[in-house]
Amino acid sequence: MLDCAIIGGGPAGLTAGLYTTRGGLEKVVMYEKGMPGGQITLSSEVENYPGVAGEITGMDLMAPWPNQCEKFGLVHDMAEIVRVSKKDDGVFVIHKDDGTIKEALSVIVATGSSPRRAGFAGEDKYIGKGVSNCATCDGFFYKNKEVVVIGGGNTALEESLYLAKICTKVYLVHRRDKFRAAPNTVKRVENTDNIELVLNSTPKEVYGDAMGVLGIKITDINAQERDIKAPGVFVFVGNNVNNSVLKQEDGTWLCDVNEHGEVVVNISMHTSVKGLYAVGDIRLAAPKQVVCAAGDGAVAALEAISYVDHKLYG
Amino acid sequence: MAKYIELTASNFDETTKEGVVLVDFWAPWCGPCRMIAPVIEELADDYDGKAKICKVNTDEEQDIAVKFGIRSIPTVLLFKDGEMVDQMVGAASKQAFEDKLNSLLA
Repeated sequence: MLDCAIIGGGPAGLTAGLYTTRGGLEKVVMYEKGMPGGQITLSSEVENYPGVAGEITGMDLMAPWPNQCEKFGLVHDMAEIVRVSKKDDGVFVIHKDDGTIKEALSVIVATGSSPRRAGFAGEDKYIGKGVSNCATCDGFFYKNKEVVVIGGGNTALEESLYLAKICTKVYLVHRRDKFRAAPNTVKRVENTDNIELVLNSTPKEVYGDAMGVLGIKITDINAQERDIKAPGVFVFVGNNVNNSVLKQEDGTWLCDVNEHGEVVVNISMHTSVKGLYAVGDIRLAAPKQVVCAAGDGAVAALEAISYVDHKLYG
Repeated sequence: MAKYIELTASNFDETTKEGVVLVDFWAPWCGPCRMIAPVIEELADDYDGKAKICKVNTDEEQDIAVKFGIRSIPTVLLFKDGEMVDQMVGAASKQAFEDKLNSLLA
């Protein structure tokens, strides 16, 4: 029986792991299918993590976190979790993708979110063949070529700046005439010569051949079509929360979730189920920042410690 | 502990021509590649003598990446007797890789 099971190994899960183990819980397992680090490891630059001055990649920012946790006894199990359920006696059951289970007194869900699809024709077909959600991973394949970026938020603009350094030209396609990104980032994009802003426009169809994408057709608000012949299309249109572990076999949710699928929590990260906490991007009103996810993880860990202490010692 | 095979232009064809072979296309700057790195290492040990577990550093071996139309990493290609039979784009769980390998070995 585990004291605490942590589902997910991004900043929220890792911080929960650090605080639960350092705070005295002995049997804590963090489930993450591979090397921990989370979605931030896709980011080409992080400038707003307190105490880390200058530009750093998301991968470098996260590199030391797992070791710090393991020093205090956090166990990392490289399994994907299919589902978390709860027995009548209040014990949680963790269902792993190899079909085995593990029981836990408390659970911290930190499964984060995944890049959302923009929804244009050919997007799924060409994922990995020209359509990408990671500029740091795949920008390299478009060195000295033209690429298209879809989106208007911080990620879309930051990754456009990154791609503009590698590629000859970046077409930034956004459905509105204004960006949601930080004003400073917008200014940097506007001042970059090889970024062309394609505003009030939506992607319609990506096309290609057996080797991958050849171009993308977009339409503006006046129904004018434009064909951009670029082999790379990077999509940054927000995220969907990874809440499938909370879905029960009968289709109900283990705890309350809102209409967006985000887990409802209070200020202490308690869900509607005792002993179950949700942290980071998966919770409602998540600011989707590394520092906030880490803070959530610490809060939930402290709550889990007192919950488990009470269970074990009354 | 068995180690994965590092593939280059000089040993790619020779290594993949026979049996079941998993090839992980990766690069040092890629977060999701780093994520599956420990999984690939474990697979190399688990499948020692049964399947070849290999890696291609796309930064150094661009010709191989171009030959297979790799445009996203990590991409994992599966070969059986020299023929590419399956591909997986993005980070996946160890179980997902095992399922693919086991079905090819069956």
